[in-house]
Amino acid sequence: MTDTAHASGARTEPPRSAAPAQRRWSRDRVETLVFGVLRWVVIVVLLVVTLFPMYYMVVLSLRSLDEVVLRPALLWPAEFDWSTYVQVLVSEEEGGQGFLVFMRNSAVLAVLTVVFTLLAAIPGAYAISRLEFFGRRQVSALFLAVYLFPAILLAVPLFVFFSAVGLRGSLVGLVVVYVAQTVPLSIYMLRNYFETVPVSLEQAAAMDGASRLTILRRISLPLAMPAVVSNALFVFMIAWNEFLFALLFLAENRPRWTVSLGLAQLAGSIEIPTTVLMAGSVLLTLPIVLLFFLAERLLVEGLTSGAEKG
Amino acid sequence: MTQPVERGPDEQTRDANVPVEPIPEAGGSRSRTLAQRDARFGQLLLAPTLVVVVTMVVLPILWTVILAFQDLRLIDLRRRGLFGAFTLDNFIAVFSSPGFWAALRTTLLFSVVGTVSSIGIGLAATLALRGAFRGRTFVRASMLLPYVAPVVAVTFVWQTMLSPQFGIVNAIGTEVFGWDDPIAFLSQRSADVTVLGIEFTVPVALLTVMTFEAWRYFPFAFLFLTARIQALPRDLEKAAQMDGATVSQRFRYVVFPQLLPTIALLAVLRFIFTFNEFDDVYLLTGGGAGTQVVSVRVYYLLTSRGDVGAASAQALVLALILVVLVGLYFRFVGRPMGDQT
Repeated sequence: MTDTAHASGARTEPPRSAAPAQRRWSRDRVETLVFGVLRWVVIVVLLVVTLFPMYYMVVLSLRSLDEVVLRPALLWPAEFDWSTYVQVLVSEEEGGQGFLVFMRNSAVLAVLTVVFTLLAAIPGAYAISRLEFFGRRQVSALFLAVYLFPAILLAVPLFVFFSAVGLRGSLVGLVVVYVAQTVPLSIYMLRNYFETVPVSLEQAAAMDGASRLTILRRISLPLAMPAVVSNALFVFMIAWNEFLFALLFLAENRPRWTVSLGLAQLAGSIEIPTTVLMAGSVLLTLPIVLLFFLAERLLVEGLTSGAEKG
Repeated sequence: MTQPVERGPDEQTRDANVPVEPIPEAGGSRSRTLAQRDARFGQLLLAPTLVVVVTMVVLPILWTVILAFQDLRLIDLRRRGLFGAFTLDNFIAVFSSPGFWAALRTTLLFSVVGTVSSIGIGLAATLALRGAFRGRTFVRASMLLPYVAPVVAVTFVWQTMLSPQFGIVNAIGTEVFGWDDPIAFLSQRSADVTVLGIEFTVPVALLTVMTFEAWRYFPFAFLFLTARIQALPRDLEKAAQMDGATVSQRFRYVVFPQLLPTIALLAVLRFIFTFNEFDDVYLLTGGGAGTQVVSVRVYYLLTSRGDVGAASAQALVLALILVVLVGLYFRFVGRPMGDQT
């Protein structure tokens, strides 16, 4: 351990002065010991609490329902039953649940959201970080307000509006709503990054006759690429995981269901075995968890950039 | 870069005797036109975002305000225009229905407990993972799983784990801990529990949903607190240690005060998000068994009753209460975001 905060080996030197140091030494030693142990208790408990539900999900997806009902406390499949995955993936006509289509819908929705969010957010973030124009401050305040209002407040008028124009039940309508929800966050994350790009670089390019658009495309954007990638992943996750608007817009149109919506809608049904839906749950979670572990560092840095300023 | 430099649309008006575009800081007579050009370009760049946010967020909010003052059902919408007869009936109905007050009380309790517990656990996780050890990167990533995993998947797993028929929690509870009956964690409104001879009534389902909330969102607090604690200078703690401050004293007097601004910011953010929470409650209990928060109530008013007016009024009241609470917080506790806004 290189750290000193909880390090037990930090105070190896014996105290110099005798009497007052003696008392401090004992309290310090007790605390170091107690917190040293407590620390590992916390780590183990949190690991179990965060990892167990994921493990349970995978194990249950591989067991047969009869066996689960018979021996619910078993934590390892007696035999691996992969048929749940086939059942959940194939279409309804073939006796399955059609999750393959749901996954395609989710993927299309998430990718389109990422593309349009970035198309709007990159120039927007650049403008806010670099250009002085009327209304710049008000725009930032407006974006903050987006997250102050509950999504359910938007649900009523958007539901009514999309019903009226006939876009309810279509993925296109949902993409527009998702973009509106993610763009402010995206601009906030990218703006922080654009601000770290040295102005002198842009000025040098301007000296050479480059226009603002060229500067953005050839200098600022390549330098901000890590932030753009982490932002893209983050937006993808939000769109893939989203539930409320999918529920409001797509609930009546089963061929358009996303994985999240499909799982939620089918979870209440008694006819479908829980183990089959657990397989669906794994299919819903897996892409996100894979993506997350691949890009954890990027994501964490992107999300908390600016937070360390306090 | 060898490609020819491309010209932006507003570059065509360039003055022939200005071969080099002045840098933004440069003064002189031409800087005004550059500033204007920059301003126009800035507005142009921001335009798509502004259009989307205004049409999909700002206008709907304004429309909600209008809808809230109308007696409108979903089925009437096609025949009726935007501006019907205005009435205060919806608000009178909201404030006079016992269901609303119960939902508001639940929402407040849920928000406070959810916020405090998620930040508390996040802080514990941050401190426990502060010192380096083998595998810390993996542990840190695992800590974030509840937050990044899809909400529908994790609520489904929780439902299954807590199921009275074949859930693992009840299986262990009855087999190992000798519970008399399985507990219906998500559908039982309350239970009487006797601790040391005193009988308590415990809101079972609500507590379960709160526990879920703490579980799902402690990673959020952990993420921000870790970013902050890593940026803290070590000198102060070292000095305190030299002076004989113990582990708890160093935390209490050195580390914690430096984390306080981040904790305050987290408290505001988490409170706002939890207050508006819909997914978690809807997916876990459907708002039953004493867990109906206001946003779930709005959803049912809209979808099963088709009462657009009442749903809008209720959503609006929810937003206004939140604005007032956050405003009070900034007024009396201060601005946790400092100059960052």
